[in-house]
Amino acid sequence: MEYILKNGIVYDPINEINGEKKDVMFKDGKIVNSVSDSAKVIDVTDKLVMPAGIDVHCHLAGPKLCVGRLYRPEDERRGVKPKTDITRAETGFSIPNCPATGYRFSRMGYGTVVEAAVPPLEAKHTHEEIIAIPNIDIPPLTLFGNNWFIMQFAKEGRIDDIAAFVSAWLKITKGYGVKIVNPCGSEAWGWGMNVHGIDDPAPYWDVTAREVIRALAQANEMLGLPHSIHVHPNDLGHPGNFPTTINSIDCMKDIKKNSEYRNQTIHLTHAQFHCYDGTSWRDVTSGVEPVADYINKHDHVTADMGQVTLDETTTMTADGPMEYDLYELTGLKWANKDIELETASGLVPFIYSGRNPVHSLQWAIGLELALMIEDPWKICLTTDSPNAGPFIRYPRVMSWLMSYQRRAEMMDNKEVHAWAGRKSALGTLDREYDFYDIATITRAGPSKIYGFEDRGHLGAGAIADIAVYDLEPNNFDPTRNAAAVEKAFSNALYTIKDGQVLVKDGEIVKIVSSKHVRTEVEGFEDEEKRILEEIMPFFNRYYTIKFENYVVHDHYAEPSSVYKVNASK
Amino acid sequence: MAYEPPVTDYDEIVENCTCAFCGSNCDDVDILVKDNHVVGVRHACRLGASKIMEDEDQRLTVPMIRDENGELMEVDWDTALDRAAELIAGAVRPVFYGWSETSIEAMKPGLELTELVGAVIDNQATICHGPTVQAVQNVGYPLMTLGEVKNRADMVVYTGSNPMNAHPRHLARYTTFPKGFFRKRGRFDRTLVTWDPKYSDTAKLSDIWIPFEENGDYGFCNAIRAVLKGKELKQDFISGIPKEDIVALTEKMKNTQFGALFFGLGLTHTLSKQRNIDIAIQLVQDLNKYTKWVLLPMRGHFNVNGFNIFMAYEMGFPYGVDFCRGYPRYMIGETTTIDLLNRKECDVFMVIAADPGAHFPGGALAHLVDIPVIQIDIHWGPSTELADVVLPGTFIGVETAGTSYRMDSVPIYMKKAIDPPETCREDEWIVNELLQRVKKIKEASK
Repeated sequence: MEYILKNGIVYDPINEINGEKKDVMFKDGKIVNSVSDSAKVIDVTDKLVMPAGIDVHCHLAGPKLCVGRLYRPEDERRGVKPKTDITRAETGFSIPNCPATGYRFSRMGYGTVVEAAVPPLEAKHTHEEIIAIPNIDIPPLTLFGNNWFIMQFAKEGRIDDIAAFVSAWLKITKGYGVKIVNPCGSEAWGWGMNVHGIDDPAPYWDVTAREVIRALAQANEMLGLPHSIHVHPNDLGHPGNFPTTINSIDCMKDIKKNSEYRNQTIHLTHAQFHCYDGTSWRDVTSGVEPVADYINKHDHVTADMGQVTLDETTTMTADGPMEYDLYELTGLKWANKDIELETASGLVPFIYSGRNPVHSLQWAIGLELALMIEDPWKICLTTDSPNAGPFIRYPRVMSWLMSYQRRAEMMDNKEVHAWAGRKSALGTLDREYDFYDIATITRAGPSKIYGFEDRGHLGAGAIADIAVYDLEPNNFDPTRNAAAVEKAFSNALYTIKDGQVLVKDGEIVKIVSSKHVRTEVEGFEDEEKRILEEIMPFFNRYYTIKFENYVVHDHYAEPSSVYKVNASK
Repeated sequence: MAYEPPVTDYDEIVENCTCAFCGSNCDDVDILVKDNHVVGVRHACRLGASKIMEDEDQRLTVPMIRDENGELMEVDWDTALDRAAELIAGAVRPVFYGWSETSIEAMKPGLELTELVGAVIDNQATICHGPTVQAVQNVGYPLMTLGEVKNRADMVVYTGSNPMNAHPRHLARYTTFPKGFFRKRGRFDRTLVTWDPKYSDTAKLSDIWIPFEENGDYGFCNAIRAVLKGKELKQDFISGIPKEDIVALTEKMKNTQFGALFFGLGLTHTLSKQRNIDIAIQLVQDLNKYTKWVLLPMRGHFNVNGFNIFMAYEMGFPYGVDFCRGYPRYMIGETTTIDLLNRKECDVFMVIAADPGAHFPGGALAHLVDIPVIQIDIHWGPSTELADVVLPGTFIGVETAGTSYRMDSVPIYMKKAIDPPETCREDEWIVNELLQRVKKIKEASK
């Protein structure tokens, strides 16, 4: 089937198309340069056209989410919507049920959403949820940062073996890339402890975060994976943590990248939680400046925001000790989920409020990051959903980035506490994102960062994932109309996925299965076999599950989209 | 126990099968097969082995419908499925109960059918660990996978449960006896504690047995919390336990490196019900100020946790979910099976992979006698006596592969070892057939 999307105002940063009025043509699910006369015309004259959105970091499928849903019916009761002829019922606000997750992303014009943390032992669960989520492609990142095998190999400097292990485990878990969460700290949480800074060794293993991050990065580049290592550094959410953040990035700078598409060797995720100065919650101030300065001066790093949206939400992370800290701070119900040999994790509900000084400062820090990092290709829009806010708030974050007036208004009329202005430089930042920048931080940048050569742009050959919004960029001023920006980005005029119209006028009109996006390394099979043979006695002794039942069987990851990586290049 | 010689007469061994009995989901079971029959089972406990071995006993093999004389008569599949579909399509307040002994794959069409007809879907949690889920929703859920206990724990506490009888390999495979990475000497590196009024088989094995009074669970946990917070106990005996013992135990619990608390229906079903679990969870949370502690409910059926997880990710609520208004509602006491039956709201009851006939209270059963009951199961049981349509399923983990979630939420793909009897059908197929037939009826009546 051929289509022509006519006369839209197109923003496609990868192909350097900045607000040109042009047609986008696609055929059989792919963008093409020309179509025949019989192509179906979709008239979008003067409307805003972008590639479909790509979310670089979201918690949307997997065991943590399920603990959240199980123990927070109060959240599920928010956002209930009855079934329609097309859609199933929706529940939940910060932790929606799987169908709602798919519909809501689709309504916002998103096409690909990365699941940010998959414990290998429970990877089947994540894939089961991906099957239940419709309409978006989902690449899951597999957790490696506190894996016993990795820690042991990192200590012994066995980079080749880590590469073989990562290659094998990405196949076993049907994962896309390497995620590292509080390296060594989550293992320390096995004993109720944590590590502080990148040179504090894990108990027993006597290996530091510096060694683990570097080893995994070297292995990642040895394999030439499409994405770099994806790092949630130590000391998340602690006042005075920005040096740890900079150290975590800086320790990587000599590592050569092995990928033509992406520029970075490390992706710093939810940076907002990692940019605090001060010594306690009383004297905390923004630590964005040094971090943004570092990122501006170095090309081996990219980051995403982790923007606080000032909502009641559910925090969830593989950073187990941090969640316990949060529980001690708030007293709200604490859930924990340690995974044998692999990781920890925890959950605590959280009520961000504009009346709270710290939350308001966090709000300012996230925006500061996006405004102080000069190159929009180095920063992506996220809320670390649902940690700093649910993903349905992305359009609101866009509206903040696009309007200095709106940000000033929020600080002036006390929608946020005075700390937001007093303890950060946000009030002095008059930079405003335009639609091209927004397309960069939500489409083009993520595509580059993840090595998604086939999406995030509208060049011929890309998959036809397109979003059209009910805004006319040529006679609309986003700097003065924050509410209209939010409304338009929340309800796409059209969301097209693989060439099929899934959303029209903000309503779901079609349901398709989500694809499990994963990488498969080729040319490393012998090394994988060798490492598996070596670790199998240990595996059998200390896991409580047989290896045969540990692997994610193929049928859990159907339909899938596989990025083949040739390790020998 | 008489000596039984090992089975040597078999065609093949199917290794690493998952036992479909309790929530331990032991996945190291070897099934010995001869002529498509299970002739032996290795590694499983006696409960698991007997379930797998003696499967032919009282097996439901053909579909049946109860005739006007009240006798179950054998019929063909089409007739039985059509009858069941008619009942479901014509129901005003159908309840689909069970699901804990079948696979996630069978739940999927089951939920679709629920959404289609606006039914209530519920599982055994409604009569077992429901209070646990309530407590978790009150105060939190600090848990772990069982391997964490195996590798790290130096103190293991069981309360309100007797795993030596109910989860026989739990101590041997996961918590107490195995040699863990940081507990190289296995049992000798751990302190096993049982809090239970009964001198159970688990208590007999334990280093410390705390026999608090019946219904003393809340008071006992409360006392430990008080001691932890530095309060002095004013009574000499609390829940029947001398206060010195409570103080001594609290000290021990504080000074472990890694402690794990396992609780069962003894806590959920004594006087304070979910409040018992509330305080046990809060105790574990308090202990984390000093050292590492985690807890886990001892789930019964091999996929009872799976249903709660499945429902949570599909529809946001764990059990007792009512779709009559087109969107899911979850309200304990309102949308839960026993209450619907007691209030005589339900007019068609479908039970899959569960035995309400054996477990429900009398009032609920009295209503089940009055309404049509559809049963999908593999064995004849008390529920069969109540059933008006009987649809024979297959045995997950032996005859049919499928996904289940262990008590600690580790997903396992349970493979099959033999082919099912020719006249039986997989649960997934049966439920899907019902779905398709109900759809047809609904469309025809539009």
